[in-house]
Amino acid sequence: MSTQEAKHTPLEYQTTHGQMNILGFWIFLAAEVVLFSTLFATYAVLFGRTADSPLPSELFGAEIVLIMTFLLLTSSFTCGIAIHNMRQGQVKPLIIWMVITLLLGLGFLGFEIYEFMHYTHEGATLQSSAFWSSFYVLAGTHGLHVTLGIGWATLLIIQIVKRGLTPVTSQKVFIISLYWHFLDVIWIFIFTAVYLIGMVV
Amino acid sequence: MKLSEFFVTGEPLIYAGMVAIVLVTCAIVFLLTYFKRWGWLWREWLTTVDHKKIGIMYILSALAMLFRGGVDALMMRVQLAFPDLNFLNSQHYNEIFTTHGTVMIIFMAMPFLIGLMNIVVPLQIGARDFAFPYVNALSFWSFFFGALLFNISFVIGGSPDAGWTSYTPLAGAALSPGPGQNFYLLGLQLSGIGTLATGINLMVTILKMRAPGMKLFQMPIFTWSTLVTCFIIIFAFPILTVALALMTIDRIFGAQFFTLTGEGMPMLWANLFWMWGHPEVYIVILPAFGIFSEIIATFANKRLFGYKAMVWSMILIAGLSFLVWVHHFFTMGAGAFVNSVFSVSTMLIAVPTGVKIFNWLGTLYKSKIQFTTPMLWSLAFIPSFVIGGVTGVMLGMAAADYQFHNSYFLIAHFHYVLIAGTVFACFAGLEYWYPKMFGHKLNQKLGKLSFWLFVIGFHITFFPQYFLGLDGMPRRLFDTAPEWFTLNFISTIGAFGMGAGFALFVLNIYYSYKTSPREKTGDSWDGRTLEWATPTPIPHYNFATQPTVKELDAFHDMKKRGETTYDESKLKPIHMPNYSGQPFIMMGLLFFSSFALVFEWIILSAVFLVAVLVMMGIHSFDYDDGYHVEVEDIKRTERQLRGLNDEHTGS
Ligand code: HEM
Ligand SMILES: [Cu+2]
Repeated sequence: MSTQEAKHTPLEYQTTHGQMNILGFWIFLAAEVVLFSTLFATYAVLFGRTADSPLPSELFGAEIVLIMTFLLLTSSFTCGIAIHNMRQGQVKPLIIWMVITLLLGLGFLGFEIYEFMHYTHEGATLQSSAFWSSFYVLAGTHGLHVTLGIGWATLLIIQIVKRGLTPVTSQKVFIISLYWHFLDVIWIFIFTAVYLIGMVV
Repeated sequence: MKLSEFFVTGEPLIYAGMVAIVLVTCAIVFLLTYFKRWGWLWREWLTTVDHKKIGIMYILSALAMLFRGGVDALMMRVQLAFPDLNFLNSQHYNEIFTTHGTVMIIFMAMPFLIGLMNIVVPLQIGARDFAFPYVNALSFWSFFFGALLFNISFVIGGSPDAGWTSYTPLAGAALSPGPGQNFYLLGLQLSGIGTLATGINLMVTILKMRAPGMKLFQMPIFTWSTLVTCFIIIFAFPILTVALALMTIDRIFGAQFFTLTGEGMPMLWANLFWMWGHPEVYIVILPAFGIFSEIIATFANKRLFGYKAMVWSMILIAGLSFLVWVHHFFTMGAGAFVNSVFSVSTMLIAVPTGVKIFNWLGTLYKSKIQFTTPMLWSLAFIPSFVIGGVTGVMLGMAAADYQFHNSYFLIAHFHYVLIAGTVFACFAGLEYWYPKMFGHKLNQKLGKLSFWLFVIGFHITFFPQYFLGLDGMPRRLFDTAPEWFTLNFISTIGAFGMGAGFALFVLNIYYSYKTSPREKTGDSWDGRTLEWATPTPIPHYNFATQPTVKELDAFHDMKKRGETTYDESKLKPIHMPNYSGQPFIMMGLLFFSSFALVFEWIILSAVFLVAVLVMMGIHSFDYDDGYHVEVEDIKRTERQLRGLNDEHTGS
């Protein structure tokens, strides 16, 4: 690679190893798409099978879910800013924006847990019917992914603090950003397919 | 839980199994201690990230699983040989057909093929290892511990007994209480992680690490079949992951996905299972096609006929394999329209498969065939597999399938494709690449004897089963009726023939180790592809200098031009990864976590899971960058292996 090119290639793509990791992660995301598609399909098939537990339209409310959506979408945006800073080689803003991203993610999780507790309280539990089983597993799998993402990103922030930006650290941060955006996309589907439709049907 | 519930009690056959396990374990521990080999075991094998060693461990485990699944099979055949025999009672019979099917597909066929891919694919594309060697070790240990978890069920807790398809509601908590079914769910889940990781790993390896100049359509056909298989793995395995997880949540946490209460939907399981399950059968057949293609080209001494058509038909098969799953339950009653659609898509798959058959015949046409053992397996494969395929098309006709479904006709069909396809390919591939792996060939005489025993035994076993099916004998039956006696008895005789063939195959491994002449060149069969360009034994870095590829059959081409892949003037230090004990420990912890979950000890399971996460965190902080093999070392190794002295530098 000429020095000219090297200047324009982002740090995370500069080693073959970095490139392979990123490609591998894209393929992993493809597998994740299949995983969530299966969960969505299961949800669709079991839709309406509430037995004698509450209907979704009785429980789903717009406010909290809108706040959650707002938090997660904003966190995707701040994550984008963090990567932008990384490309400029600015460590400090990178860390600050990543921390903001994670705080927003934590907020999202907090509201999700609150939602789940609320539904459970109203008699819609994992055990109460096929519909609610599929709801909790679909939304819960997403929430679990967010949780793991937060833990993982925290470890990466520590590594950035310790080592600064190197091809390895920047490749790791880039990969977690892909993951984070992916979770955002999945959430948009959950928001529409589960909450919006669930509220009106 | 009482100890007498923890261990399986009351079955003489299982007591014998326990004694055997204890004795073998003691023998292994004794031998390792006596010969002071514990350190060696840890340093050379348990911590390795070398694709060649991992491949060997895969194959050894798969052979052990073939033995276990084979013993299951023989026990079933004994029980079926005479009507009213009470060798196995109905419960024990149910357990054995369940473990037989699961072990053979998940813990034998796939790992055997993945083992061969491990060893061969990096060599065929001129690479030095996998894209992610550490992940490769993780994959192996996840398979290994998954298999271990599944297999201990027969002495601890009790085996699953709802069939390898585990249909709900039978497999649900209400009708299958106890740990048995949990062993199935968690054993498969644990090993499934590794399979998915291998799929990604190999795909990146093939896409990114090919030798300079090698275009996609110049890749050896086995590598192509691996790439296509990886594609299927990546899109099919997450479905299994979800299906298994949902049933686990049903059974352990009381959800209602597949239950009869709470408006659960038992047939949803069948759909999810076969949306993975049908692609799965192609996961185990496409690599087999690749192996046969390599072997046929080598021993027909010809370039593979219709290489491009071969590749495209594999891609087509991979795509179609996701569109046919309903043919496994036409009788569910989805209606004429749905059944017709899936009937047509099923028959469509036969078209690209037929194309491949004609390509193999085309390669053989007017060639000078060398009848080596691997070639014999390949030649036997073609007609046997056609029988399996044709009967598959018969099953694919929805209306007719109402008659054939769940009868011995179906059993005969899938054994014709799986044994004549996958198992023959595993044997053929192992014998073909054996000299590359171990530095000597398997004895041809013994090999041929085991081949004939196995193949003739195979046809005697399964051909009568087509007629048993047409006579109305259902599958999963533990007690036969007198009118089916003759054919069943013949079938049992054949099964022992196969057993003898396998025993001879294993014996041959030992016999050849003692007697076979050692390989002097790396090119044991006058091969056509790059794996034969490496010296034997293969140096751990595979290729001292990466070859430049100009054509398909790269090595054949080089030999014609009098070149080798070794160019001393171009030697550079080689970067290699360090060995690591983490994959073994991490997957061992996950094993304990799964084991605890099998018995629904949820807190203990969570504790181990946290330990796994901590290990992953530790790994994240580990910036171990491997090491470099110095030019002087490479030179010394290569000169010694290639028999070059100091005057003849290079070639
Ligand atoms: C020509 C291509 C093939 C066709 C048209 C075909 C068709 C079918 C059909 C329709 C069934 C379901 C029958 C029933 O349950 O009543 C079936 C079952 C099965 N096939 Fe095939 N098949 C083909 C190739 C293969 C291959 C290549 C394999 C594996 C290597 C395979 C493995 C199986 C297995 C394992 C089952 C049944 C599993 C079970 O119910 O336990 N088939 N096949
Ligand atoms: Cu199928």
